[in-house]
Amino acid sequence: MAGLVVTITSGKGGVGKTTATANIGAAMAQNGWKVACLDADIGLRNLDVVMGLENRIVYDLVDVVEGRCRIRQAMIRDKRLPELHLIPAAQTRDKSALSPSDMVRLCDELREIVDYIVIDSPAGIERGFHNALAPADHVVIVTNPEVSAVRDADRIIGIVEAEEKGPPTLIINRVNPAMVKRGDMLAAEDVLELLAIELIGVVPEDENVIVSTNRGMPIALDGKSRAGEAFRNIALRLEGKQVPFMELDDERGLLQRFSRFIRPGGA
Amino acid sequence: MRPSVQIKGIREGLLIILGEGEWQQAQEALLEEVERQADFLRGGNIILEVGERALNAATLGKLRDTLSDLGLSFWGVLSTSPNTEQNAQALGLATRIHQAERSETEPAQESAANDVEALLVRRTLRSGTRLEHPGHITVVGDVNPGAEIIAGGDIVVWGRLRGMVHAGAEGDESAVVCALDLSPTQLRIAGRIAISPKQNRKPQPEMAAIRGNQVVAENWTPSGK
Repeated sequence: MAGLVVTITSGKGGVGKTTATANIGAAMAQNGWKVACLDADIGLRNLDVVMGLENRIVYDLVDVVEGRCRIRQAMIRDKRLPELHLIPAAQTRDKSALSPSDMVRLCDELREIVDYIVIDSPAGIERGFHNALAPADHVVIVTNPEVSAVRDADRIIGIVEAEEKGPPTLIINRVNPAMVKRGDMLAAEDVLELLAIELIGVVPEDENVIVSTNRGMPIALDGKSRAGEAFRNIALRLEGKQVPFMELDDERGLLQRFSRFIRPGGA
Repeated sequence: MRPSVQIKGIREGLLIILGEGEWQQAQEALLEEVERQADFLRGGNIILEVGERALNAATLGKLRDTLSDLGLSFWGVLSTSPNTEQNAQALGLATRIHQAERSETEPAQESAANDVEALLVRRTLRSGTRLEHPGHITVVGDVNPGAEIIAGGDIVVWGRLRGMVHAGAEGDESAVVCALDLSPTQLRIAGRIAISPKQNRKPQPEMAAIRGNQVVAENWTPSGK
């Protein structure tokens, strides 16, 4: 059974591609699948940091492509989740070091040994993006509920469709339900009205994401975090399962339910 | 490594494309090539494509003189550097091919759009898409912000128009723009530019046209003409 390549891209920088890659990879590995996360952001690598594996880098993606090592030598196995691997980007090179066909060949080799390959695309629409897009079987677009991010996502969707990579799916990341309620932030419906692609996940804003990044521990492994739960659900949906979307307003609802308990006399 | 020199025949004359490399070397390569093909090129209008190079007026002027000595007319410069463009314009050189052409022809009177086939596009135009056509254009789908439509004739959008449109782009002031939801980032008809006022009303079909001296948008009404 050949592995599936999922490329996580966005156009806009800073919307959460690397976080999504690390967490989707971790969640899939936790579900028992053999996963390889690939950092395609040559020169500006972060996936290794977010996954807490930067101290263990010996070989990277460019070493593999340029023949200095075999692919398995570049795969760093996560000690916490043995099914999870990382092939890091090179930091001392730039995106011209790889070509789209290099990536296709590399992923063809990887398909034989893992179930899922999750590629962290760099921001932009230039060479790095095309490198990450070339081997994709499925493309996931990450955006924030914010006009400039949505504008860039629209551009990227146009390019993905033009490259005939099939309809991409969408993650809306860093949603702040209170701001949406006040009308200060775009609601998911507003984003979908413009982008018109299938939604695969809505991830709430959660300051614990930054904490987990600093610790190099993907938040999907944290049972208490709502953002973590959202990423776990996204992983399940990518694996083909039907999972209902989380109610993001629940924080408020929980408090109201509590106050009803506490009030004397009841009902 | 010598920068490459490519010569292509175009409507306006001869387009010479200089490959990457230092300007000094590129210029040497250019002059070498021009001298080598002197008989073929003689009397031609030369348009030079220099890429991102920033060239000052003195350099361009000297190049014009050198080419003139070889019997060539230095006519235009294409460059992505705004400095080069400005300097070229100061010397009277063209910086866009179509622009150079227009200055020699009469401005279009009656809409030439009716002589050309109209274009029908049946999909949503996403950000970054540019649609250009000398005739009328109809889009069945949305036009997202960041998408551009440039038509010699009218533009009709059967959907939400949120991008940039330019109708009557070759000078026809009778061109119109219609949309089911007219909310463009910018709307241009012939030489005029207009921005829609921000309104939080329900989207309804509108037609924009030049009335008097302004671009106005009128709601579609069942009884209207």
